[in-house]
Amino acid sequence: MELFVQQVVAGLATGSIYACMALALVMIYQAIEHLNFAQGEMAMFSTFICWQLMQWGVPFWGAFVLTIAFAFAAGVFIERVILKPLHNAPVLSHVVTFIALYVIINSVAGFIWDFTVKPFPTPFGTAPLFGSNLIGAHQAGTIAVTLVMLAFLFVFFRYTRIGLAMRAAAANPTSAKLVGIRVGWMTALGWGMAAAIGSVAGMLIAPVVFLEPNMMLSILVYAFAGAVLGGLTSPGGAVLGGLIVGVVENLAGTFIPVIGGELKLTIALVIIVAVLVWKPSGLFGRSIVVRV
Amino acid sequence: MTKTILEVKNLHAAYGQTRVLHGVDFSVEEGGVTTLLGANGAGKTTTLRAICGMVSLQGSIMFDGVELVGKSTEEIVRLGIAHVPDGRGTFTKMTAVENLQLGAMTRKNTKEIADDIERIFAYFPILKARQNQQAGTLSGGEQQMLAVGRALMLRPRLLLLDEPSFGLAPLVVRELFGILATINKQERVSILLVEQNASLALNLADHAFLIETGRIVMSGPSEEIKKDESVRAAYLGY
Repeated sequence: MELFVQQVVAGLATGSIYACMALALVMIYQAIEHLNFAQGEMAMFSTFICWQLMQWGVPFWGAFVLTIAFAFAAGVFIERVILKPLHNAPVLSHVVTFIALYVIINSVAGFIWDFTVKPFPTPFGTAPLFGSNLIGAHQAGTIAVTLVMLAFLFVFFRYTRIGLAMRAAAANPTSAKLVGIRVGWMTALGWGMAAAIGSVAGMLIAPVVFLEPNMMLSILVYAFAGAVLGGLTSPGGAVLGGLIVGVVENLAGTFIPVIGGELKLTIALVIIVAVLVWKPSGLFGRSIVVRV
Repeated sequence: MTKTILEVKNLHAAYGQTRVLHGVDFSVEEGGVTTLLGANGAGKTTTLRAICGMVSLQGSIMFDGVELVGKSTEEIVRLGIAHVPDGRGTFTKMTAVENLQLGAMTRKNTKEIADDIERIFAYFPILKARQNQQAGTLSGGEQQMLAVGRALMLRPRLLLLDEPSFGLAPLVVRELFGILATINKQERVSILLVEQNASLALNLADHAFLIETGRIVMSGPSEEIKKDESVRAAYLGY
C-alpha cells in the first residue's frame, strides 16, 4: 500500500511537469488552432539559458526569474517574426514550420552547449520531505511551483482585463477586433506566456532527467497525451490530463511487470490514440461545430 | 448646417474574384441617423464591413477628416466607430457582463466603465437580470440588445448597425428601435443603419440611401424616399 501511495505521489510530481507542458500546448492551440511541436525544445533551450546563467554565478532563483523573462520574450519574438506571416497559411505549412523550429532549436542548443549530459541543480534539495520516504523535497517543490503558477494563470484569465481580452481574441477573433482588441498581439502574448510556462517545466524536470538537448523529447509526448486527454481546448483539462498521464504512467510502470521502464512511453502514445479514436473531444473539450 | 462625419467615395469591394460594390458614394451626417436600404445581396453588409476594414477594397472612406482605407479594423474601432455586426458577434462563452466589459476594452477609466455598464442596464433592464448568464444562452432579442450595449461601451461617435431587426419578434423590434432613437438623441451618437425592413428603417432615419447590386441608385431625406412610388412598390410593399 505504501508503495502504491508513493508511486501515485511520484506520478503527480512528474504529472505536474506534463501538466505545465500540456498547458503551454493548449494555450497556443487555443490562439492559433495548431499544436506547437517545438514547445519542448523551446523549454529545453530556456533551461540551458538558466544553466548558463548559473555557470556565470547567478543564484538559482535569480536565474529562474531571468529565464522566465527570456522565454517570454523569445515566445513573443517567434510568434511575431515566424508565425504571424503564416497567419492564413494551410495546416501543413504550420506543421513543417514547427518541425523546422524543433530541429533548429535542438541543433543550436547542441552547437552552443554540446550534447553531453549535464547535471542540473534543484533548489529544493533531494532530502526526503519531513523525514518520510513518501515524497522527496524536489517532487514536493515541483508540485508546489506548478500549483502556484496555475493559480496565477487562473486569476490572470478570470479577473484581469488583459486576460479577458486574450480569451475574447481566442474565442472570437472577428468580434474581438470589432471591440478594438489587437488580436495579433494577444496571440503573441499567448506565445510568450506558453513559452514562459514551458521554461518553468523545463527547469523543474531538468534535475530529474538531466540537462541535454533531447531531454524534452519524451516529456513532450506525455504532454501531448495530457493535452489530448484534457481535450485541447480546455486549460483546466490539460492540467488534469497531464496529472492523470503522470500517475497512470508511474503506476503501470511499477505494477504491470511487462511494462516496466522500457514501455512507459508507449502508454502515452496508447492514451493519445485511444482518446482520438473513442473520445476525440477529450475529457473536457468541446467538439467544434461548424455551420456551413 | 450639419457636419458630415462619414464620407464614402467611389467604394469598390470584392470577395476574392466576386466584385460586390461598384463605386458606392454616400455620407452620414453628424448626430443623425442614416439608413442604407436594399435587397438581399445588394451590398449593404459589405459596405459596413468595408468601413471597418474587414474586406479588400478600393476608394475612399473619410471619418471626420481621417482616411480609413488602409487602416486595420482595430485602429478604425479605436477612432470611435462601433459596429454591431451581422449575426451579432456575441462572445457566446462569456457572461453578458463580460461582453459589455469587452466593449470597453479600448478605454482605461474603470470607474467610467462601471458607470456605463449601469447606463446600458438602464436602457436594457433584461441584461441586468441576465448579467452573469452565458451570453450564448440569451434569446436572439437579448443578444441583439447585448450587441448594441457592447457597441455603446466603446463610447462611439458613429454606430454601425447591421440588420438589428433580423430574426426578432415585432414587439422586441419596436422596443429596440425606440431605444436606438433615444440613444441617438441623448448620446449624440451618429448612426448608420442597414436594414431590409424599409419602413422600420425609414421611420428611424432622417436620411436614406438605396443600394442595388453594389451601386447607390437613390438618396434623399427619409420623408421623400417614403413617398417615392418605386421605393414604395419594391420595398415598402403597399
